[in-house]
Amino acid sequence: MTTLVEVQDISKSFGAVNAVDGVSLEIDQGQFFSLLGPSGCGKTTLLRLIAGFERPSSGHLLIDNKPMDGVEPNLRPTNMVFQNYAIFPHLNVEQNVAYGLRKKSISKIEKEEMINQVLELVGLSELNLRSANALSGGQKQRVALARALILKPKVLLLDEPLSALDKKLREQMQLELRHLQRAVGITFILVTHDQEEALTMSDKVAVMFDGKVEQVASPRELYERPTSQRVASFIGAMNFINGTVMEAKNEIGINSDILGPLTISRSQVFGDLTENKIIIGIRPERISIVSDGSSVTGSISGRITDASYFGETTYYKVACGKGSETLTVSAQNSFGQMDYQIGEEVKLNVDIKSLVGFSD
Amino acid sequence: MSRSTKYLKIFAYTYLIFLYAPALLLPLFSFNASQIIAFPLSGFTTNWFENLLYQETLHEALKNSLIVAVSSSILGTILGVLASRAATRYDFTGKQISLTFILAPLVLPEIIVGVALLIVLIQLGLPLNLWSVVLGHTLLILPFSILIMNSAFSNLDISLEEASMDLGENQFGTFYRVILPLVFPGIMASLLIGFTLSLDEFIIAFFLTGTETTLPVYIWAQFRFPKKLPTTMALGTVLLIVSLILLSLSEYFRRRAANSQNSVL
Repeated sequence: MTTLVEVQDISKSFGAVNAVDGVSLEIDQGQFFSLLGPSGCGKTTLLRLIAGFERPSSGHLLIDNKPMDGVEPNLRPTNMVFQNYAIFPHLNVEQNVAYGLRKKSISKIEKEEMINQVLELVGLSELNLRSANALSGGQKQRVALARALILKPKVLLLDEPLSALDKKLREQMQLELRHLQRAVGITFILVTHDQEEALTMSDKVAVMFDGKVEQVASPRELYERPTSQRVASFIGAMNFINGTVMEAKNEIGINSDILGPLTISRSQVFGDLTENKIIIGIRPERISIVSDGSSVTGSISGRITDASYFGETTYYKVACGKGSETLTVSAQNSFGQMDYQIGEEVKLNVDIKSLVGFSD
Repeated sequence: MSRSTKYLKIFAYTYLIFLYAPALLLPLFSFNASQIIAFPLSGFTTNWFENLLYQETLHEALKNSLIVAVSSSILGTILGVLASRAATRYDFTGKQISLTFILAPLVLPEIIVGVALLIVLIQLGLPLNLWSVVLGHTLLILPFSILIMNSAFSNLDISLEEASMDLGENQFGTFYRVILPLVFPGIMASLLIGFTLSLDEFIIAFFLTGTETTLPVYIWAQFRFPKKLPTTMALGTVLLIVSLILLSLSEYFRRRAANSQNSVL
């Protein structure tokens, strides 16, 4: 695969604030790439830098191997879907979609064909003459997509395009966007603060904090092998347990109050182990609960202190170890799964292979 | 109804009568047969309106007024569009203070503006003619235009401009295809208000006009001839109606400007 977008050490400051701070990224041709982070982390600024609405304070941007220094947004091979869609209110659907075609030397018949095609692609064929003000949120979203896609950009930029939609429509649009991206084969760069959205839609995700990229990885890697505590707790939930490094070779021997002595592989540990302290991370669904009285013996004893019911899963808080440390454990409410009561004594089994260790 | 709301109501009606009764006398006496402006009315006539058709100096004044009103409303609106675009879209040092100075004629007594302009024009050695009146009226219209255009521009979503740029238009194309159509109702409102202001304006026109008089100055001159008073009343009636129509139109456009942009999102 070839690199299409190359962000080379780009920084952007507004006054004293460094919105984007020395970011480097490579985004492949045809990839669905997400910029994920909490609000104010600089992800939107980075997107606007790629679109050309902002100029970097330092660093360079290459799209398709061409430097974009000083290139105006209207001359870049990028198109954007805005957060509020920015549909032109004085034009109807067709006029909105055809907006960018004016300067192209294409015959009228060809233009009409292109408009029909793209409207069909986004599922708006029937509404071509409807006024922009009479569109629902989801329809505006589709017009914004059609308007950008008709120009066949090399990169489509999406700035939190689903945040204004209700939950059901949002989930539907996530699937549609993903299908659309595969169908047209255009590189998509999506900005989102919704980790679920990023995981379900993307080929690759860059997690940003405070203007810096913390980790770039596939959704699975990001979830299962987060390289820092911040990433781990931003994406899903994770238990953090203080531990002591007993032995650090190819295998790492760790001791902790809750888990007792155990050994994990070096590849499960991130950061340099300069001190003998380590923080062990474990996802709630990688711990299983067994009743104290059952025949299977768990490795850790604990007592349920809290239970939150979420329909398909229940989250339990389990107090264990000598101290007052608690672990969060999730249990699928599937066929045969037991219900545990608050105060009940239980045993926990931990999936050692899915543990991660952080040096700080 | 409580006592206090009853008194408030009486106050409101009295106020409205004092405000509009004099204006209603104008059409009343312009249809009155007698040359003397006094009650009781002596009979119905349309003679005074017919007279208007034969006053050549009146036609000349009307033509002058139209030239001044059209030119100054267009000039004032163009300047207003540029100034409020700058004020709503960009930040620069001295923005607030220059805006304050531009808006000052709104509260400055017109007689002061008139005298000041007269002195400046004479010092510069410029002739007093219709164009000096246009200049004065532009100064007067500009603050109104800026206030109207400010609200039109500040309602304009900046991402619409970015979207246009993103879709391949340059700055000029964006202005022509997105900004202009969206602030167009505001521009119409500004033109109509400017036209009405200029058409009615007396003091500045009186100071700055040379030999060519505008309509209000002509009307003022007519008061020297008591015989012509009813005809002047008829003229006043026509002006009143035209002004009302223009102001209603401009209010219509102003509201449309507000509405069309509120539904952007």
